[in-house]
Amino acid sequence: MHWSTIIYCGIITYLTRFSMIFLLKEDILNNKAKKILSYVPSAIFPAIIFPPIFLDSAGIIDIESNPKILAAIFAIIIGYFSRSIIATIFVGLVSYWFLIFVYYQ
Amino acid sequence: MNNRLKTLSRGIIDVSPLMIPVVPFGIIYGVIGMDLGIGPYMTLALSIIIFGGASQIVLLQLFSGGASSLVILSSVAAVNSRHLLYGAVLSEHLSNLKLTWKIILSYVMVDQAFAVSNAYFKKNKKNNFKHYHLLGAGFTCWTIWQISTIFGIVLGSIVPEELGLSFTISLTFLALLINDFRKFKNIIVMLVSGVVATIGYNIIPFQAYIIVAAISALLVATLLTLITLKKN
Repeated sequence: MHWSTIIYCGIITYLTRFSMIFLLKEDILNNKAKKILSYVPSAIFPAIIFPPIFLDSAGIIDIESNPKILAAIFAIIIGYFSRSIIATIFVGLVSYWFLIFVYYQ
Repeated sequence: MNNRLKTLSRGIIDVSPLMIPVVPFGIIYGVIGMDLGIGPYMTLALSIIIFGGASQIVLLQLFSGGASSLVILSSVAAVNSRHLLYGAVLSEHLSNLKLTWKIILSYVMVDQAFAVSNAYFKKNKKNNFKHYHLLGAGFTCWTIWQISTIFGIVLGSIVPEELGLSFTISLTFLALLINDFRKFKNIIVMLVSGVVATIGYNIIPFQAYIIVAAISALLVATLLTLITLKKN
């Protein structure tokens, strides 16, 4: 990876934080714009979550005997009820290890 | 205690509970950075230069998939576009500050700092030093993030690859969405994003699947917002 990529990513990230504070005197975003921006995590994170879970190393959809799907489901259930970030990651990882080291052996 | 120091420490105290999940997140990031072989310096440099966990992990993932700089840059911009919202919301409280303050505070305006300082600003409009709250909260996040990145870098050089730690990328982002699992419209947006990305992974060129999926899902989010607003 080039350092220039990192610097550019740093600049663009900084600008997303600085631009509104610098340009606006008061909050001018209307409720509609705010509501839509509030969906950004829901719109982007699944694009990062799904492919490594559902695709195998060759990039083909794999839903049979896929420990990642099961582990992700456990994590979702725990996350839904506990609302704890740590518990979600922990249960997901531990159940994944159980599946690959014990169950599928 | 003088008011500045008092407000600064209030910021530190308020944001501290939110640092608990940041620690494992930072460690995971550091481990993955080492796992993908970009080395300790670049892994830490990303934490200092970008200082945005989700976007740093996206960057690593796209880089390991061989994405171009342009795709990496636009994906990082998309992930961080939520800060536009934070800046807009905080602007009325920060508009009277000198430019130097705005420059410094912008660097540390991350999710957790925004959450606690926005709440504080609303309740303490008359405090002339209220920006010290964001300074305290923001630099607490910064310090914790750098320390946990370093922990991750150290761990990453000893953790065996068989543990499949790359799966923690998916888990971490999943965990960041737990508060939206109960909202039906968010679930629709999530499914659109995930399905488009999975199907598009092989079809969409230049590893642009994250951007394409995000834009598709945001379009759906826009539609859902417009429909709901019309009803009310």
